[in-house]
Amino acid sequence: MKALPLLRDWPLVRQLAEGDALGLGKAAQSQRSKQLKPRIATADSVTPSICPYCAVGCAQLAYVKDGKVIQIEGDPASPISRGRLCPKGAASKSLHDGPAREYAVKYRRPYGTEWEDLSLDDAMDMIVDRIVRTRDAHWQDATPDGNPARRTLAIGNLGGATLDNEENYLMKKLLSALGIVQVENQARI
Amino acid sequence: MPGLGTSFGRGGATTNQQDLANSDCIVIMGSNMAENHPVGFQWVMEARERGAEVIHVDPRFTRTSAVATRHVGIRAGSDIVFLGGIVNYILTNEKWFDDYVRRYTNAPVIVHEEFVDAEDNGGLFSGWDSDRRKYDVTTWQYAGVEVHGAAGQREQGFKGSHVKGHAAHGAHGGGMSSGNPPERDETLQHPRCIFQILKRHYARYTAEVVAETCGCSVAEFEAVAETLCRNSGRDRTSAFAYAVGWTQHTVGVQYIRTASIVQLLLGNIGRPGGGIMALRGHASIQGSTDIPTLYDILPGYLEMPHTERYDGLDDYIDRSSAERGWWGNAGSYMVSLLKAWWGSAATPDNDFAFGYLPRIDDDHSVYWTVEQMLAGTVKGYIIAGENPAVGSANGKAQRLALAKLDWLVVRDLVEIESASFWSDGPEIESGELRTEEIATEVFFLPAASHVEKEGSFTNTQRLLQWHFKAVEPKEDCRSELWFYYHLGRKIRERLAGSTDPRDRPILDLTWEYPTSGVLQEPSAEAVLAEINGSDSDGKPLGSYKELKPDGSTSCGCWIYCGVYTDGVNQAARRKPRWEQAPVAPEWGWAWPANRRLIYNRASADPNGKPWSERKRYVWWDGRKKKWIGDDVPDFDEQKPPDYTPDGDAKGPDAISGSHPFIMQADGLGWIYVPQGLEDGPLPTHYEPHESPFRNRLYEQQSNPARQTTDLAEDPYSPPGSPVYPYVVTTYRLTEHHTAGGMTRFLDYLAELQPAMFVEVHPGLARERDLRHGDWATIVSPRAAIEARVLVTERMRPLHVDGRTVHQVGLPYHWGTRGRTTGDAANDLAHMALDSNVHIQEVKALTCDIRPGRRPRGAALPKFVRDLRERAGAR
Repeated sequence: MKALPLLRDWPLVRQLAEGDALGLGKAAQSQRSKQLKPRIATADSVTPSICPYCAVGCAQLAYVKDGKVIQIEGDPASPISRGRLCPKGAASKSLHDGPAREYAVKYRRPYGTEWEDLSLDDAMDMIVDRIVRTRDAHWQDATPDGNPARRTLAIGNLGGATLDNEENYLMKKLLSALGIVQVENQARI
Repeated sequence: MPGLGTSFGRGGATTNQQDLANSDCIVIMGSNMAENHPVGFQWVMEARERGAEVIHVDPRFTRTSAVATRHVGIRAGSDIVFLGGIVNYILTNEKWFDDYVRRYTNAPVIVHEEFVDAEDNGGLFSGWDSDRRKYDVTTWQYAGVEVHGAAGQREQGFKGSHVKGHAAHGAHGGGMSSGNPPERDETLQHPRCIFQILKRHYARYTAEVVAETCGCSVAEFEAVAETLCRNSGRDRTSAFAYAVGWTQHTVGVQYIRTASIVQLLLGNIGRPGGGIMALRGHASIQGSTDIPTLYDILPGYLEMPHTERYDGLDDYIDRSSAERGWWGNAGSYMVSLLKAWWGSAATPDNDFAFGYLPRIDDDHSVYWTVEQMLAGTVKGYIIAGENPAVGSANGKAQRLALAKLDWLVVRDLVEIESASFWSDGPEIESGELRTEEIATEVFFLPAASHVEKEGSFTNTQRLLQWHFKAVEPKEDCRSELWFYYHLGRKIRERLAGSTDPRDRPILDLTWEYPTSGVLQEPSAEAVLAEINGSDSDGKPLGSYKELKPDGSTSCGCWIYCGVYTDGVNQAARRKPRWEQAPVAPEWGWAWPANRRLIYNRASADPNGKPWSERKRYVWWDGRKKKWIGDDVPDFDEQKPPDYTPDGDAKGPDAISGSHPFIMQADGLGWIYVPQGLEDGPLPTHYEPHESPFRNRLYEQQSNPARQTTDLAEDPYSPPGSPVYPYVVTTYRLTEHHTAGGMTRFLDYLAELQPAMFVEVHPGLARERDLRHGDWATIVSPRAAIEARVLVTERMRPLHVDGRTVHQVGLPYHWGTRGRTTGDAANDLAHMALDSNVHIQEVKALTCDIRPGRRPRGAALPKFVRDLRERAGAR
């Protein structure tokens, strides 16, 4: 049989003793909720991050336990966001580990009707093949007027506004060196 | 970028979000900030709590309108009339900030005597070449300024365009050609001075014209103009905030230009609580133009070399640099970039490998690329973090283009529509494409999430913020840093030993980045250090002022120089806000030089004193002989206010001590833009490419310089077509992001906004027999889509040009995949573009709307085609 609670734990006594006469404050807290701890309290580490959605630039804190991200929250230290996140930022843990996330390379051969498996190494080698081949087959040393061109117009690259500056930098640097000029992204104006 | 860049000198927001709290009046146009930048919007609410007016001018009544002190509904695509009306109101009622306008803007400058304003020429400026559909800007120049003298001696491609190098894309400050200083009239009375041209240009933008064109009342308009003027001046400042509701038009750049003129006239730039806040919609969209993944610029807004224009590096630099202002040092920026890319292979003897850069001809933008794909000349495509099958205008053209490729690489977190178009795209369902007939080879490579990699984002206020890696990416997931680094490494291995000159640039490229871990992830910090730049000893540089044109410094992006000062990652700084002043200089790092509010020299009067105690920010300390204040001065720290340059001064030394816009060749804010824009020195109202109305201001209907396609896949509705009588505008929801790749696939967000819908007014619902909650079909000359009907008073009908016009609102997040699916709004959109930045006009189109679901299968294209033929759309 469950022991009766001590007198001092009775709600009415707590209300009076704890100065919470209306019972709307701490006195209303149950033992269970008192013992609840936030998930983040047991995190092994906290990693500072930035929200990946819009350009407000809200600061985030990613809580990690056992090598997994267990929570992403707003960072109150930010002078811009002051700890707040919108629904997207608050859901960004799902962006990281949601059920639709893809983890494996997929390959669709010409005229194929299904995806096929492919190793990342093979995929990289095949992409290298295609870039080198396409570039060679469609290279322009000069324009028809004889002006220097040093390029291929047969390959394009799209994307960048959701990426890191360092990623964009390598992208632009590499593709320019290859003579690929159609490097474009969402940013227009 | 060019709207802000040509006006003030840099293509970035002039202020920061927190500073909006210091505003006395905030005008939000072309943006639904409360829903689309909700966390930034707290600063608008803070201003309102301090007593500021918050004005929302927008076709829709949104949550932003709900908490504004005033909302004015206008017709989508009419903003230049509204803003031009404000310019006229300021000038007619003598509300301009006189000292600011006379001393800090180009209002007194006299323009070329052959300049003909659009006012006097049916809506066209002088120099229009109807065959080329381009302007020759010679007559737009300042009087007395020698236009690029050697133009005729250069290669043919430069003929007819006297725009100096970097100004050609307008993303930043204007250069001015050599010659005498421009003629000025300090009294502002000369008939050809910019002030008088401005007066005449906007004289017809009366309150009545605003009301009739925009669909608001005269009283509503005048209340906005009066409130804005009342809250500007020495003691008070007003700010503008905009987003893509302004930019995504065939005159998008000129929308921002008009606001720039208003803010210069009212003296609101460079001052606390003032400015123009460009609200960008992707985490690093500002960064991706600063370090551009764009075809026409190199890092730091240096221009990509053209095929026809240069005799080597010196010539490029001559064309890219300005004689006066900070662009005078363009040679240092460019040589340092070439050194960063080609290291020891870049020597004075080989023009620092300038010849290694590929050349561009004209437009190689994304829509041009799509046209080339459809034509079969683009064979391979890599997509990294973008979903054009849903997010780009004219989705069908996008998907048909992907189906023409030989090979396609898609890198994303989930399988987006751009990766799956061949199996479940709308054209498969309609029978226009058959999976077994699509030759495109598709590689889908899973990407790493933001907590699985480290690097910097540049946010909407030019602030670089570092995010750290929390965990390793799983299985095949990799960062873009990994992908492009290892791609480059493997290509270099493949081509090693090649003697073909075309392979020298890739083989000579500096491509040694330290890698770590099982995945061999390259070091993002090492890349940041390269971007920052270093001297010949490898010591990190602290400022772009240290860059040299002799090859002794290297720097991957000159405007980011300083982000790795002292070898410390300044972007990673996160000193809590409660431990520093409100400007928070130790949180992240802002370009340029950690200045948070740019052009802040203008917060002081010409003598260097704050305009008022209430609005003090940066000022001249006569005792210390330097500029001091709350922010890093956006000015030579030691240059006194009374500094007057010698006649032959060059570069930054040529900027006077009282000229705050240091990136401009004359140090002034440009009310009138003589060069750098394709479609006019002054913003002029043109109707959207598709509009139910004739242009009531000019004979010229739409922006003459806009770009259109000849594609069969991209037909257009004629102006005023009764077949497509309604205006349609697209927008975002709080719970979703752009083309949905980062939100539609997430359970929580899909549950919060579970279905594609269309917003219509009860009047339109009656007119077209639409019922709340039922389906409706929305059709344009390109496509028909279906959506659930949301009948709401928020879509107020407007009285325009003597009749009622209904507007239809469509969120554009949906596609065929994800936890919630639906038709893509951008399928309705066309590919007519602004000529400066090639942006699509998805904010003002025309459509019809009907009850019920759209046809299925082959009946769908037939339905679209039948209506199109009825309208005579081509």
